[in-house]
Amino acid sequence: MGLTLIEKILKKKSINKRLDDFIYAKVDFCFGNDITAPLAIKEFAKAKFRSVYNPRKIGFFCDHFVPARDQKAANNVKKLKGFAAKYKIKNFYDTNTCGIEHVFLPEKGLVKTGDLVIGADSHSCTYGALGAASFGVGSTDLAAAIKEGRCWFKKPETIKFYYSGKIPKWFTGKDLILYTIGQIGVSGALYKTMEFSGPVVKKMTIEDRFTICNMAIEAGAQTGIVEPDKKTVKYIKAANPRIKNVPLLKSDKDANYYKVIKFDISQLMPQVACPHLPSNVVDVDKLKKVSLDQVVIGSCTNGRLKDLAEAAQILKEKTVKKGLRAIVIPGSHKVYNQALKKGYLNIFHKSGFMVSPPTCGPCLGGHTGILDKGEVALATTNRNFIGRMGHPESFVYLSNPAVAAASSITGRITHPAEVGGGSK
Amino acid sequence: MIIKGKVHKLGDDINTDDIIAAKYLDSQDPNFLGDRCMENIDPSFSKKVNKGDIIVAGQNFGCGSSREHAPIAIKGSGIALVVAESFARIFFRNAINIGLPIIELKKTTKISNGDLVKADLAKGVIENKTKSKLYQTNSFPQFLQKIIAKGGLINWIKSK
Repeated sequence: MGLTLIEKILKKKSINKRLDDFIYAKVDFCFGNDITAPLAIKEFAKAKFRSVYNPRKIGFFCDHFVPARDQKAANNVKKLKGFAAKYKIKNFYDTNTCGIEHVFLPEKGLVKTGDLVIGADSHSCTYGALGAASFGVGSTDLAAAIKEGRCWFKKPETIKFYYSGKIPKWFTGKDLILYTIGQIGVSGALYKTMEFSGPVVKKMTIEDRFTICNMAIEAGAQTGIVEPDKKTVKYIKAANPRIKNVPLLKSDKDANYYKVIKFDISQLMPQVACPHLPSNVVDVDKLKKVSLDQVVIGSCTNGRLKDLAEAAQILKEKTVKKGLRAIVIPGSHKVYNQALKKGYLNIFHKSGFMVSPPTCGPCLGGHTGILDKGEVALATTNRNFIGRMGHPESFVYLSNPAVAAASSITGRITHPAEVGGGSK
Repeated sequence: MIIKGKVHKLGDDINTDDIIAAKYLDSQDPNFLGDRCMENIDPSFSKKVNKGDIIVAGQNFGCGSSREHAPIAIKGSGIALVVAESFARIFFRNAINIGLPIIELKKTTKISNGDLVKADLAKGVIENKTKSKLYQTNSFPQFLQKIIAKGGLINWIKSK
């Protein structure tokens, strides 16, 4: 019996080179951020560990509550900085040097095809887009990995998602994953690996694939993964010229899938997830009457250059609806710089958007865009749980960047075609 | 281990933002987090919990973020055990790793809010004292039992 891509990687990385029900495996990289890593360090100290397995394979990325929103946040960053200095961990990035971890890591060339990566952040599944086995874990997992370079995994079962059809205008990776979660539900892939495949995924950009894999967790998945192709190789080599060989790993033809689910996307339009679950998904056209207080474009899901380009294209020579608060957050400093050079940031600024520094921003209700009672937001982020962006009685809708941009012009949820964004 | 306490009943898809709001994640203090447990969905939750009580929930408990602050908040609130029909993956491993007892029970609909429940973790048996009913659960695979028996991941690593 053949193996799926995720099984191949885990088998190779497992200590005993077997695919047991529970796998204890060597990780190629482990990391945390300014809210999860301080807890890992606390556990590390509590355990009286005094060494790390390999400082080059550990990273801390400050992106959640930074630049420090208060003294506690400042203290957490300081703790990470101190720990990194003590154990000679070079991959410590303060807020002015990284941006959002899941945008920054691949961009920096810290993850490649075939790697086993764990991150103390649920959206660590993002790097499956590069054909890596990447898993979100907890802080104690991270503490153990910092010490041991190892982590335990339940043997993965894979659900293959196969997408075919002609990609409709304004239909992006975000719409593909929202549609999928809408179909299978927030526990539809519980503890499974979602393998995204078919001609549609092949045709989509690496950025779209990041978005797709990023939200695998919202269906309860262990992770998401895409078989690498020429686009993957090009991306990885550009990010890290020292990487010469990117293996084109594939699932075997006779691999055993838990399930195969096929979708034809030809007739779909941009999708929007309504409060308070990422699975409450409907066509954007159904929500024309929903008026908005805030629009947010950014996050580890949709804060990449392609996302900003799509939004800027809509916003060119247009103005944000009076009374609406519009915020754009480039996902990293590199994205920020590229968007600056290409003129996108100028378009955002002129239209009435506030351009934020690269952080997680209000996505998880941390800072810079918290909602008050009754306020309604449309965001390109990944979760719309009760109170996710602030007050427990606020409301978050999730969409792609073009829909968010179009909606910022009208002040209500809007299809891009309605504001001159081409045909539907 | 035997845990006996009053049931606090919750629904399906209780997410980590429900369990502990993200704004509190800059704290690692179990008491601070415990006092704010479930604040978004029930601001009086932590006041209603007596030490040793039990959460009984539906499917996909703990979905959402990786925050270990979630099982820490539950522990900090005084809850001694979470019974659910299924657990989200990262919450599941975090609970095992930090030694918060959890049990998967196929159907939890027959257990009501306020029921007095006694759980024998080793035998995987849950007794509903209020309704005089016994429920059998699946015990954890051996690999996890070893971690649980050591009281969590760090102790397990140190014992190897």
